[in-house]
Amino acid sequence: MARHVVATVGEIPVGGKKVVNPAGREICVFNVNGEHYALINRCPHEGAALSYGHVLGCFESKRPGEYQLTRQGEMLRCPWHGWEFDIKTGQSWCHPESVKARSYKVEVVPGEVLAKGPFVAETVQVKIDGEYVVVEV
Amino acid sequence: MSTTVQEPKVLTTDDAILGFVDCDVHPYTKSPADLDAFLPERWRKLRQSIGNRSRSAFVGAPNYPRMSPGVGMRMDSWPADGGHPGSDLAMMREQLLDAFNVSFGMMMPLLGRGGDERNVEFGAALCTAANDWEAQVWCDQEPRLKAAIQITTEYTEAAIKEIEKRAGDRRFTHVMIPPRGLEPLGRRRYWPILEACAANGFPIALHLGGTSGHPSTGGGWPSFYHEEHPSYPQSKEALVTSLVTEGVFEHLPNLRVALVEGGFAWLPSLSWRLDKHYRRLRDEVPHLKMLPSEYIRRNIWVTTQPIEEPEHPEDLITTCEWIGWDRIMFSTDYPHWDQDDPRYAFKSKVPEKEKRMLYRENALSFYNLTA
Repeated sequence: MARHVVATVGEIPVGGKKVVNPAGREICVFNVNGEHYALINRCPHEGAALSYGHVLGCFESKRPGEYQLTRQGEMLRCPWHGWEFDIKTGQSWCHPESVKARSYKVEVVPGEVLAKGPFVAETVQVKIDGEYVVVEV
Repeated sequence: MSTTVQEPKVLTTDDAILGFVDCDVHPYTKSPADLDAFLPERWRKLRQSIGNRSRSAFVGAPNYPRMSPGVGMRMDSWPADGGHPGSDLAMMREQLLDAFNVSFGMMMPLLGRGGDERNVEFGAALCTAANDWEAQVWCDQEPRLKAAIQITTEYTEAAIKEIEKRAGDRRFTHVMIPPRGLEPLGRRRYWPILEACAANGFPIALHLGGTSGHPSTGGGWPSFYHEEHPSYPQSKEALVTSLVTEGVFEHLPNLRVALVEGGFAWLPSLSWRLDKHYRRLRDEVPHLKMLPSEYIRRNIWVTTQPIEEPEHPEDLITTCEWIGWDRIMFSTDYPHWDQDDPRYAFKSKVPEKEKRMLYRENALSFYNLTA
């Protein structure tokens, strides 16, 4: 593990992203509402460069005809097949397959409306060192 | 539901994948006007004044819900010059042909839309123009790319003339027919076209598409793209059934048909169902001398994209065994959003011998390609 300065604070605007390549590993650094996060720039599903994806929120629905947009700016949609990843954790999210799965989820983890998808994008530790954004790889 | 976490795979160079034959590549024009250069003046003027008139309700828009964000394209495939994905040969080389040392890319152009045109003379002219465009703009610059012969099945004489015109030109390797036609392809009125394909040694690629005016599902119009996308196999099922039960493969035992962009996991269950009913209903189709599954096994090939992703990935390997590994050919569908990456599409290990067949050998043989 070594520390690499990859940006200055303020360089990546809120909602923006920057592709960096310290130590031969392509990494996408995000500014999510003022906090910096980073993912290995490769989708765990079929390998797309995640940096081409849109940063967006999360649509949730309790029943047909009702929906709400939550977690604005915290999700990344893969530029190929549309898998949605939580930028903060790399976890992919998808809608539950059945009512049974959903109610099970709500009982076990109260308030959780979405089910975890099978993929997790690799996260990279990001730190702020004075005026610099630093990743550890 | 399963929440098993799948670890990201490490990029590898796999000899069996390098040098593969991509059975579904989409070239595009930089601008729709590019095709005008290949149209005779009469049709160029008509294209500008009247324009295309397909059998769908809308002009200039698909009649079923589409697409994903990025207008249905891989979002990293938009060229910097503002052109359409798939219109820039250098980018296609970088992202596909050179990236995987592709041996051949089988082109399935989705422009011109001659096959959808209600004015069949105009439709035939659009097909000829699109075919010339493929040969000159793509094949002549990049010999690894092989051209489809586009035809309109609603104008028999012109379709046969176009097929015969391209016979012997090694830039052209297959006749492309959209499965959503006015009638199922096995109907007698299409036989002269099918005969011309067989007589000239061209396999047929049934690539998803076509605007017939019929709803895209057997149950009516879909509301969502999510609902439309799984209807792709439905049109393939209808055409496989039609080709088999009408007796096309009894009449033309050498006709080779590839199903492109409809997945494949559904084919075994269709075969089982057709065989079951053949035993009960054979009096109605006495012209069939073999089980439907035997015609399918002999005359039908499948391409992989959009690949099925079963909960247990190894189930897909079993499905391939049911179909027959010698009948399955890999396809990416570059540059569309739902394209498959040859390294990651199969989530379960394909045995080495079968991998070579799947990625390369079956397609070389099917398309009469010389490696």
